[in-house]
Amino acid sequence: MQATDRLDTIFAALADPTRRAILTRLATGQASVSELAAPFAMSQPAISKHLKVLERAGLISRGHDAQRRPRRLEPKGLGDATKWLERYRRLWEGNYRRLDALLEELKTKEKP
Amino acid sequence: MSNLKVTTPSDREIATSRTFDAPRQLVWHAHTKPELVKRWLLGPPGWSMPVCRIDLRVGGSYRYEWRRDTDGSTMAMGGVYREIVAPERIVSTERFDDPWYEGEAVGTLVLTERAGKTTVSTTVLYASKATRDAVLKSGMTGGVEQSYDRLAELLASTPAREPA
Repeated sequence: MQATDRLDTIFAALADPTRRAILTRLATGQASVSELAAPFAMSQPAISKHLKVLERAGLISRGHDAQRRPRRLEPKGLGDATKWLERYRRLWEGNYRRLDALLEELKTKEKP
Repeated sequence: MSNLKVTTPSDREIATSRTFDAPRQLVWHAHTKPELVKRWLLGPPGWSMPVCRIDLRVGGSYRYEWRRDTDGSTMAMGGVYREIVAPERIVSTERFDDPWYEGEAVGTLVLTERAGKTTVSTTVLYASKATRDAVLKSGMTGGVEQSYDRLAELLASTPAREPA
């Protein structure tokens, strides 16, 4: 897959709140499909669909235990997407630090 | 204050959220008075904002022009205000002079105050998912790609400082 296509797949996978919640859960450790489905008002097949999207995007993988087939986070998969978000974040953080300083100055001026 | 959060709430959007230790009225001024906007909305180091025009009324337009002091290169963007609710909400269109992404984007700024602190939330809705992704990859301000590397170097060499 082209690097750009891969990023598109990752961003598309991350656009869904249920999938983001699944990733948050997996960040605390691997879990089986039924464990992942438990907190959601969703059937196991519906959760499996979300897992497939995450798997295709390279964000999660399956563990070795053949019985439970636990899913786990693939931290490398998130790396590309977070790199772009991080750069965007840094640019704005630079602006906002200047805004912090400006607001401090304005607050001082407002005091009688 | 808090760390800046950047999220992608949908296929076509980029959203940011950050809290400032100042009342909403001041944050509103800092976003709407040209002489104040010029002092912070600059992007990577080395850029200044020689032109900032704001006609703050629905249907009024705004224009921002930046200049890189080392080589004189410039970039500019502008748009039209669609919705203004002082001091809490602005919806405006945005388009760069050099169209490095297709179509017009729509930006929404929301200011909420709580216990004397103000949270600034921005959402930009792009014409397509491809456009949104291109903006993310460029770091927002196309044409200044190299500057980001310089910024990254600068940040890497400076210990992270949390504003008090």
